[in-house]
Amino acid sequence: MKKPNQKRLFFAYGIALSTMLFASCTPVKEYQKGKINDSEMVLSNRKIEKTELSFQSYREGASGANSGKSGGGCGCN
Amino acid sequence: MKRIFISGFALLAFFQLKAQNVSKDTTNYETRKLKVEEVNLVSSYYTQNGDNSAVTGGIGSEHLTDIANTIDVKLVKYGQTGIRHTFDIEAGIDHYTSASSDMIDLSANSSASSSDVRFYPSLSYLRENIDKGRSFGAGVSSSSEFDYQSFGANLSFSQKTKDRNGEFTAKFQTFIDQLKLIEPIELRTYGHEGYDTANRNTFVGTLSYSQVINKELQIMLVGDVISQNGYLSLPFHRVYFADGSVHQEKMPDTRLKIPLGIRASYFLGDNLILRAYYRYYTDDWGINSHTADLEIPVKLTQAFSLSPFYRYYTQSGTKYFKPYREHTSADEYYTSNYDLSKFNSGFFGMGMKFTPPEGVFGVKHWNTLELRYGHYTRTTNMVSDIVSLNIKFR
Repeated sequence: MKKPNQKRLFFAYGIALSTMLFASCTPVKEYQKGKINDSEMVLSNRKIEKTELSFQSYREGASGANSGKSGGGCGCN
Repeated sequence: MKRIFISGFALLAFFQLKAQNVSKDTTNYETRKLKVEEVNLVSSYYTQNGDNSAVTGGIGSEHLTDIANTIDVKLVKYGQTGIRHTFDIEAGIDHYTSASSDMIDLSANSSASSSDVRFYPSLSYLRENIDKGRSFGAGVSSSSEFDYQSFGANLSFSQKTKDRNGEFTAKFQTFIDQLKLIEPIELRTYGHEGYDTANRNTFVGTLSYSQVINKELQIMLVGDVISQNGYLSLPFHRVYFADGSVHQEKMPDTRLKIPLGIRASYFLGDNLILRAYYRYYTDDWGINSHTADLEIPVKLTQAFSLSPFYRYYTQSGTKYFKPYREHTSADEYYTSNYDLSKFNSGFFGMGMKFTPPEGVFGVKHWNTLELRYGHYTRTTNMVSDIVSLNIKFR
């Protein structure tokens, strides 16, 4: 039997998970967003992580999809 | 560590004077004057050690230290039609010392390249139509160091859903870079004054969608397409071939990177938050990677929280990588840069955030004091530590 392509399987799981999450959405009014609007709940990187993200993009082959550095500046060292 | 505190508090003293004049709006009155909304001062100290420097062909010290200081000022103004205009002015300066750069000249005890300064200012503007949930943004940036110049520009568009629980964002960024071709000393042609230069261009397209799932959970899906062209090697990276000859690193002049990420933030109970992030990455140099990150902020009091975190990263190596003296003249492209080799890494640490309602140490506009430490280990025997401090005024 042909082995399933791992990448395709992985994306299938990802799409299934995302679909389940979006399907379970319940409408949330502005006055109900006390927890959602907490500063620790933010979905982007914080200022204090800026240097961390830079060194990770220099020291690792991967970069991007994290609001961090995806170009500009050398990181030559 | 000491330097961070000294530089952080020096900047603090300077901006405390500024912040005294900023009045906080507590009446929902939307000022039409340009006013300072937030000032962030961030200082970091980073140090690393390892024995696989690319400058010396995959062997030799990777010791490096970097002190980074940035200041970020956010200014806000409301237009007559209820449009919110946000201006963000940021400037950063890094000073680094690098044992590997010092080895561009193998005979020098401490050459000119052993340390350098990088300066990186940026300016961005965001126009938000709050009624329509729509915003447009634009920005420019630059980064300058002795052998590298970079200029960046970006445009963005965001639209919230009708119920304001979802938001779609599209962003385009470009970086136009120029680097000096500094060769390892033994490969230089004598009689040639100065350095030649080469260009490197980066184009980034980003799409993201965030959604509030319920009162405690929100997620975001994000994907980039990053295209690079130009001189993508580094001219002072040596590669030693099996026959003992030394060469400059040689990589393809194009690279296509595709990272896809998902973030989730979940408020568990009243005091605990789970912040999770996962990214899959692939590129046409043969690197595939997975990144998983979990941070758990714990609110110990209304004003004080601790945030332990752990990040796991794994990548396959580029097809162009081989260690010291394993490349041969049959290879079209070659590098001995261990940042592009196969490895796993772990990064763990703790953050501490202090946001008292009356201001930090009683200073009214000093909104936040945040400290974060992380330790990084890589299976190629590279280790690093980073400590960062963020002081925020509002």
